[in-house]
Amino acid sequence: MILMPRLSLDMPAIEVTDLKKRYGPIEALAGLTMTVGRGEVFGFLGPNGAGKTTTVKLLLGLARPTGGSGKVLGAPIGDLATRRKIGYLPELFRYQQWLKAHEVLTLHGELAGLPRARRGPAADEALRIVGLGDRAGDVVGRFSKGMQQRLGLGVALLGDPALIVLDEPTSALDPVGRVDVRGIVRAAADRGAAVFLNSHLLSEVEQVCDRVAIIDHGRVVASGELDDVLGQAETQVRVTGISASDLPAFERFGPPSLDGDILAIRPMDAAKVPDLVATLVSMGAKVHEVRAGRSSLEQRFLALVARDRPPAGTPSAQRLR
Amino acid sequence: MITIAKLTIGEAARRRVLWVLVILAALAVGLTSWGVWTLVNSARDSAISDLEIKFAVSQILIFIAFMFGFVLVMTAAFFGSPAIATDLESGVAQALLARPLPRASYLLGRWLGLALVMIVYAIVAGLLAIGAVGLVSGYLPPDPFQPVVFLAGQALVLLSLTVLLSTRLPPIAGGAIAVVAYGLAWMAGVLGKIGAVIGISSLVGVSEVTRFLLPTDALWQGVVYGLEPSFVINAVGDQFVARSSPFFADAPPPALLVAWSVAWIVIVLLLAISQLRRREL
Repeated sequence: MILMPRLSLDMPAIEVTDLKKRYGPIEALAGLTMTVGRGEVFGFLGPNGAGKTTTVKLLLGLARPTGGSGKVLGAPIGDLATRRKIGYLPELFRYQQWLKAHEVLTLHGELAGLPRARRGPAADEALRIVGLGDRAGDVVGRFSKGMQQRLGLGVALLGDPALIVLDEPTSALDPVGRVDVRGIVRAAADRGAAVFLNSHLLSEVEQVCDRVAIIDHGRVVASGELDDVLGQAETQVRVTGISASDLPAFERFGPPSLDGDILAIRPMDAAKVPDLVATLVSMGAKVHEVRAGRSSLEQRFLALVARDRPPAGTPSAQRLR
Repeated sequence: MITIAKLTIGEAARRRVLWVLVILAALAVGLTSWGVWTLVNSARDSAISDLEIKFAVSQILIFIAFMFGFVLVMTAAFFGSPAIATDLESGVAQALLARPLPRASYLLGRWLGLALVMIVYAIVAGLLAIGAVGLVSGYLPPDPFQPVVFLAGQALVLLSLTVLLSTRLPPIAGGAIAVVAYGLAWMAGVLGKIGAVIGISSLVGVSEVTRFLLPTDALWQGVVYGLEPSFVINAVGDQFVARSSPFFADAPPPALLVAWSVAWIVIVLLLAISQLRRREL
């Protein structure tokens, strides 16, 4: 008999410490430590071969760690009973091609331990959420790849799981589908589920995630809330007619620096930009250009993972996903 | 386990495998009956004695059983070799095993579903063939149930072997290995019989080791014995040629060997579970 896992709202959905995985001589995961809270959307980013899918498989018990420890929904990773409360969309999504969409979902409902009376309505609801409500009776083998991925998302959402693990959930979807997925993910988080979103689509992660971790070579190279990872907001002004001796006049906006004709203040609240421009003009300076904001996730990601990457065209070390 | 077994049977039905088996069985039974009916009528017209006709029909039935057994073994190999491998390769297994489904339940469910299909097919088609031949010729073997049970047993041995191979090897490789192993075991059985008749102990030893490693030939002995009429066994006596034939048996397989065949299936399934548990998905 499989017992239902006990859950509490203050318990992290995922908590791993120094998690390691080796495949022979290859180190796929070199000591991963992270925590994912309940009700948050956690973006797990990394280049191909960084160890993202390996992490997902370890969390779900599909592969065994070679070091470290972890808990998922309060139980040791790989715990069978806990999987009742986990929804999973694999990167390589594939379901019984000869089953109808509704049958795939009721099968997973049965395997997940949903009461018989709940399986049908839960399947209907999941199909409705992913936009396949009118295709419930169609055989999966006739679905396009994008529809099969939507079906997989429905399987992951089935029965209101406490943790939803999505491995590249929009890889086969068109732009409309991607927008739909963002809405679905946010709705699941609002309902209280933790969503672990494994992706290399940075704009998608930027728009939907509360916190992110960037992984490279099996290690976390940056993690935290999106603002922390992206860094502080900065204002740059291309300006002539001022010198370094004028810098104290700008300290009320933030720590200033002058490099040639670029005045940079970091951090600086973007709302203060009009005041800054007015100050410069009142000092007789000529303002040519103002840029306010912060680096995008893509810029930050590239800066973090490109540091130790060999130049294009050179043989790179063998990597695992 | 039951969920996966039902899913497996459903797959066989939905993919029209069951219908193909039903049609093949109907064709085989129809053609066999027609052939035996023609043979018996021609023999009666030629004033051949009833005893000779009975002998001929009994030997034809044994040969039909051999062919049917081979078809069953091939079917078992075709069923078993992709059973796990295809799910692992395609990714279907990842989605299933991320659920609270123990790997043992998944594997046993796959095996059970296929085993039930094989057992029902072997028993229904086998009994239909024996019954149809009995109807047109008037000859029924001493115990019609025993040979079909042993035929089903042969299929289960091959099914279990291919399911084990399927946890590690691609479908084609697993199926090929199992069919070749079956052929070798059958050959070893033939050589063992010749060795026993002419007194070459090494041949007998090879045969017995082979029966231990893959007990299909021991089960084949049960099929033949169940189909062999007693007057043929008595008439053959010590005749060298007849006793060394793979289509003759004057005794059922030893009970210990039959028990070993059952234990063999259990051991192979435990090995398969162990292999699947150790496999990283």
